[in-house]
Amino acid sequence: MTNKMDISVNVNGQAQKGQVEPRLLLVHFLRETLNLTGTHIGCDTSNCGACAVLLDGKAVKSCTVFAVQANGSSVTTVEGLAQGAKLHPIQEGFWEKHGLQCGYCTPGMMIASVELLGKNPNPTEEEIRKGISGNLCRCTGYVKIVEAVQYAAEKMRQQQKVEVPAR
Amino acid sequence: MGHSIKRKEDPLLIRGRGHFVDDIKLNGMLFLDFVRSPYAHAKIKSINTDRAKALPGVVAVITGNDLKGLGLDWIPTLAYDNMMVLPTEKVVFQQQEVVGIVATDRYAAADAVTLVDIEYEPLPAVSDPFKALEKDSPIVRDDKGTNHIFHWEAGDRALTDKAIADSDIVVKQDMYYPRIHVSYMETCGCVADFDPVEGHLTLWMTTQAPHAVRTVAALVTKIPENKIRIISPDIGGGFGGKVYVYPGYIVATVGSILTGHPVKWINDRSDDQPSTAFGRDFHMSGEIAAKKDGTITALKIKTISDHGAFHGDANPTKFPVGLFSIVTGSYDLKNAFCEVDAAYTNKPQGGITYRCSFRVTEAVYVVERMVDVLAHKLGMDPAELRMKNFIPAEKFPYKSVLGWTYDSGNYSAALKKAMERIGYADLRKEQEEKRKKGELMGIGISSFTEIVGAGPSHDFDILGLKMFDSAEIRIHPTGKVISRFGTKSQGQGHQTTYAQIIAEELGIPTEDITVEEGDTDTAPYGLGTYASRSTPTAGAAASMASRKIRDKAKKIAAYLLEAREEDLEWERGRFYVKGSPSKGKTIQEIAFAAYTNHPPGVEAGLEAVDYYDPPNMTFPFGSYICVVDIDRGTGEAKVRRFIAVDDCGNIINPLIVDGQIQGALTMGFGTSFLEEIKYDEDGNVFGGNFMDYLIPTAVETPKWETDKTVTPCPHHPLGTKGVGESATVGSPAAFVNAVVDALAFSGITHVEMPLNPWKIRKALEEKGLALEN
Repeated sequence: MTNKMDISVNVNGQAQKGQVEPRLLLVHFLRETLNLTGTHIGCDTSNCGACAVLLDGKAVKSCTVFAVQANGSSVTTVEGLAQGAKLHPIQEGFWEKHGLQCGYCTPGMMIASVELLGKNPNPTEEEIRKGISGNLCRCTGYVKIVEAVQYAAEKMRQQQKVEVPAR
Repeated sequence: MGHSIKRKEDPLLIRGRGHFVDDIKLNGMLFLDFVRSPYAHAKIKSINTDRAKALPGVVAVITGNDLKGLGLDWIPTLAYDNMMVLPTEKVVFQQQEVVGIVATDRYAAADAVTLVDIEYEPLPAVSDPFKALEKDSPIVRDDKGTNHIFHWEAGDRALTDKAIADSDIVVKQDMYYPRIHVSYMETCGCVADFDPVEGHLTLWMTTQAPHAVRTVAALVTKIPENKIRIISPDIGGGFGGKVYVYPGYIVATVGSILTGHPVKWINDRSDDQPSTAFGRDFHMSGEIAAKKDGTITALKIKTISDHGAFHGDANPTKFPVGLFSIVTGSYDLKNAFCEVDAAYTNKPQGGITYRCSFRVTEAVYVVERMVDVLAHKLGMDPAELRMKNFIPAEKFPYKSVLGWTYDSGNYSAALKKAMERIGYADLRKEQEEKRKKGELMGIGISSFTEIVGAGPSHDFDILGLKMFDSAEIRIHPTGKVISRFGTKSQGQGHQTTYAQIIAEELGIPTEDITVEEGDTDTAPYGLGTYASRSTPTAGAAASMASRKIRDKAKKIAAYLLEAREEDLEWERGRFYVKGSPSKGKTIQEIAFAAYTNHPPGVEAGLEAVDYYDPPNMTFPFGSYICVVDIDRGTGEAKVRRFIAVDDCGNIINPLIVDGQIQGALTMGFGTSFLEEIKYDEDGNVFGGNFMDYLIPTAVETPKWETDKTVTPCPHHPLGTKGVGESATVGSPAAFVNAVVDALAFSGITHVEMPLNPWKIRKALEEKGLALEN
């Protein structure tokens, strides 16, 4: 496995270049090459979603994507959610509503929620539960995760309202 | 106390800046992977590692024989048995670690795993504990010569048998509590870093009990205890599965010693699930006796317990079956007897994991099921039967017939509240009407009593280490606090809860209090976090240490105020002179004086440590009610409602307690409806990864309704009890009781967990109740 390939990926707004084995998983590229360890690995069968990141805006399980497949794309990881000191509404929601306990599934859970809220700014509880069903949590029982997503949805809708007249 | 403050641990975690073991990166770090056994039981005829060693990137290959040379091929378990680290002669379960490969990165290590040539001679395997205890069974452990590990019993057999014989009604029911896995989201792993110059080992590892691990490691490896530093970083869920010591930790350490490099080992999920500690696997036969009026007269439980290939339960020494003798539950019973025979089988070790409170889960399940079986036999409402037999509130402290002294309780109040919340009487009417229309609906109750907070030193130790726990509190000159504990959070929120305890006791704001755990170089000694013990032990230690500080602060305040100590009054965060409330000193002013102007004859500084030895266990309890609707076509049981009324005494942070209960309910739901690790006759594992082992997602998980009663613990300094496991312990009986309640009219007395559609459909078919399409 010596034939390395050059890739360039925009990660959290920064251009990143790498020389990688074609078999290198995106999650390992993020965690081990770029030291972005917020994205976690929970299984090896694409079931748990701890490794979810946004690939060109779409939530993917980065253990099921090769780094070379992300060539030319942009990736958002949990480290890219906050803007400086200002938390993303989904991060605020998870903190406010006790949406995390051990915190291991949390980055993937927040990424899946961000994707959901992008498509559906006002989801019902059922839609939220379905939207995060590709992500497993063993600590919370999901009740407070649902509340966290609802909090974020409300907050993002408020922000939208403020932004509209400014345009 | 009593406030739902936001957690102190969250700001890092929500930014992806936690410190989990796989996040650690050290210079020159190598990676360890394992060749695993395809057989459950087989002789190893030869191991050839030449091809693996020749692969670029491979630095070391470690076999059982290499460990044997170091005296590390077998190590002691936490239960006075031994376990293989790597095998030298035979493998004893499928997926057992056989050869360790240390390479420059995880890809190279995984490549080399496929290049080790091992010749096996398969042996007959035994995966059924009943068969394992038969005379002609294959022997799992050649060093033992028998598959029978121990016999244990509690209670008076003769008196119980007599009470059963004298009773009006006796019912029997067999039930199996399946083998399950905790499936923490973060698999087990470590980074071992041995410094050959200093002879010093640093081991970052996923352990719930770092101090005990260090002591055992020192005794086994002969590395002096002061030269072993165990660090539990952030842990992605433990649930008991991270109390055990696994071969990966040992082989990574040996790998670091041999190569002179740090070595990381991280289990893949498909390696972790079938090789690390399972939970339960208990075959129980219950017998319950009563008078015609429903007064329960006796309970008798016989159990065969499957321990896998090694007896490795992290149990208190005196209690090889954990606290199973809490099996009389919430009931005022005069006669009870239970016995357990434990067997070796060709499966991985385990038993005590998955939020079980040391086998309380199995005990609560069997007694709560037996009460329902009896209720159906008597034709009595299960709620009424419970109310009739509860230990009355005025009988606390209550001495149970099997020897426990329950601290406090009010069982009928909790059940009454649950019944009111869910509208029990109306549900029974609805059930009756639905049944007439051919629709199946069931209502299940579980009124559990837990026993947690191990434990008092006269009864509780693990490998001789007494089960106290500790807190050390240092107040610095500016009034800011660093506190350290012998426990280790895996998501329970100790940083927040402990800070709230210290804030309550000393009146210092929680944001001024740092809480640290998990580093054996800095934290005071403690036995760790499992079995819902942290708040009952280390939480109490935080109170006691705070009170020692307050005693000293009073001396300093008296000196500063030129008053006598007995003339001072404490209010939150401040001493003042009786009768002159304006004349006082805050704890911050006192702290500053402790370093700048301490009284003559009093030591400088303001700090304290407490090793808390609890006088008794704590006994949380609650009543759960579950409503299910059963589809007669598909066999699916859908949980319509579930109300959980919990009582864990005084509550420190309601938000955290609620989160613990909701999470544990979901685990109980998984156990009851989805999860099971099964083995075929040859010991092949099913359910060894997340494709085959079903963990509840947000879609299946019911919407939990929670409520509480508050009956303070009389002996804990803050009146609190443990809570983390109440709902995994209490809920499965409610789910199963609900499903059986829906079917009981047809004569069905029991359906085994997990209650999947296939099993329920089969039960419906047997009674002619199944619908075609």
